[in-house]
Amino acid sequence: MTATQTDALEVVNLDRVFDVSAPFLNRLLYRQGRSYLHAVNDVSFEVPRGGCLSLVGESGCGKSTVAKLVTGLYLPSGGECRFAPGKAGAPLSAQMIFQDPYASLNPRWRVKNIIAEPLRELKLRRNDAEIQDRVGELLGIVGLNVADGDKFPHEFSGGQRQRISIARALASEPEFLVCDEPTSALDVSVQAQILNLMRRLQDELGLTYLFISHDLSVVRHMSDRIAVMYLGRIVEQADTEVLFADPKHPYTRLLLETIPDVNDPNRNREIVAGEVPSPLAPPSGCTFHPRCPLAQDRCGSERPQLRQMPDGACVACHFA
Amino acid sequence: MLDAGQPCLEVRNLVVEFPNRHGTLTALNDVSLTIQPGEILGVVGESGAGKSMTGAAILGLLERPGHIAGGEILLTGRRIDSLGDREMEQVRGREIGAIFQDPLTSLNPLFTVGAQLSETIRQHGQGITRAQTRARAIELLREVGIPGPAERIDHYPHQFSGGMRQRVVIALALAANPRLIIADEPTTALDVSIQAQITGLLRRLCKDHGTAVMLVTHDMGVIAETADRVAVMYAGRVVEVGPVEQVLKTPAHPYTRGLMASIPALGARVEKLHQIDGSMPRLNAIPVGCAFNPRCKSAGPRCYRERPDLVPSSAGEAACWLYEGGVE
Repeated sequence: MTATQTDALEVVNLDRVFDVSAPFLNRLLYRQGRSYLHAVNDVSFEVPRGGCLSLVGESGCGKSTVAKLVTGLYLPSGGECRFAPGKAGAPLSAQMIFQDPYASLNPRWRVKNIIAEPLRELKLRRNDAEIQDRVGELLGIVGLNVADGDKFPHEFSGGQRQRISIARALASEPEFLVCDEPTSALDVSVQAQILNLMRRLQDELGLTYLFISHDLSVVRHMSDRIAVMYLGRIVEQADTEVLFADPKHPYTRLLLETIPDVNDPNRNREIVAGEVPSPLAPPSGCTFHPRCPLAQDRCGSERPQLRQMPDGACVACHFA
Repeated sequence: MLDAGQPCLEVRNLVVEFPNRHGTLTALNDVSLTIQPGEILGVVGESGAGKSMTGAAILGLLERPGHIAGGEILLTGRRIDSLGDREMEQVRGREIGAIFQDPLTSLNPLFTVGAQLSETIRQHGQGITRAQTRARAIELLREVGIPGPAERIDHYPHQFSGGMRQRVVIALALAANPRLIIADEPTTALDVSIQAQITGLLRRLCKDHGTAVMLVTHDMGVIAETADRVAVMYAGRVVEVGPVEQVLKTPAHPYTRGLMASIPALGARVEKLHQIDGSMPRLNAIPVGCAFNPRCKSAGPRCYRERPDLVPSSAGEAACWLYEGGVE
């Protein structure tokens, strides 16, 4: 662990509600009420400085919404994100790397302009020559050539585009990077290149990562601590090794059991029934109880609180 | 009935070309595969390797101007690559079923799933009554594990979740009891817990019906748990083929070796992942000799001159000079 005593980011009771009501006239004609989607519900976590916390969960669990709340792309409905003071005394600056390297780069801009945009917007360099120097330096950091700056994004493969995204995110010298599924659009051999690059940058630049992924093997490789989300809530949070050695929440166990493992395939697995319920109408009590093998009457009525375990894990389950 | 030993599908030296104004792109170059009845053959590779193209060529669904420029495709001994559109329509659905990646776009949103199933069942079964069709549709939905099939049959695709929709697509593929199913990334759009349900279902159906399955995916984990044999593709060619356990545990081709080593393990954590530098060549710039030579650590002078063909290696077959007289 490279983490020091202080936390880079503290997220406290974060809430985000989306209004997903039908248009006004439809509501009037069909007598529908308003409907709300509670995408993030009372989420709290800390990311240690220089460390990496990962959020995992299936689609619709709210992990990407948390990423956007942390970077300020969404405003929270409740709770807050507190960044620790950074180098200059002001709160740490955060940047984001997006999932799809095909959609997140402007196809009409040359790469050097894409990377220079944050420098120009934030007026981080005085003149054009300094900006070009910095762009060249950034291209070098992510393993591209200075000459690549004159090309357009379509001339690059997916992995190289993701390197451009990383260079753009690093342009403003952030100390905190939010990575929303940075490798899920990439092939495995290229994924390894990007993960290695991200680990190297973390060591060299002292970056702190909030890493979002649905791929547990990638998460295991990258993170110091993992928070598992289900229907907008964190159900278990533990250090990586603790979580993999001793998963406590039944949902975490389900996730770990269902991922196919190349090295130890389970060809005769029992087919687990059930699906994630609609987040528009989450089940009462513990939201996992309809799929849970341990569920009892209590789980349908009473929502379990996150409790601290002796080994440092936090679990929201009555029977953990 | 099939006689023993006759493969369900045999692809011999298949070549697919796409002419364009700059010349001709060879998307598949000399691809040979066989699948036995009741066997699941996994086809893996990175994007652009030609794995989906192989599936499309077998189904006769190549997008123009792409066309088969060489080789042959035999379904239970009968050549199907030379059939006309009309005859191919009879083969598709009745003899070869298809499952595609995105279950939302493979179903018609304007018809109930029952109507779509009935259409397929009637299309391929003569003299079958309306009531029999409906009963068969309900039976199919039950078989793929949809709860309450008698009510669900009258629902529209949007009323199903992603995993349930993929089950409906599988039911459609099974409707005419095909000999072969081509499943192109059937679980990629699904969450892991649902993915396990779908691959389990495919395995069970394949065993129960003796259907051969060609499972196209980029996910090695899915292959490890589902397939019997695996073919690894790179830049339009099969570079390694063999029993799944041996190919994944003791890969012979340097590309497969690199690919396996670059997957982060679930069991233990390593400081640095193995990486294969560079990326797959584009179709208009495939290197002379072995297409993997710019990224290969074992490449020798011969790899830049001559193209290797599949030869027996330790586990199965690999297209690499290491197994045929060395790289010098």
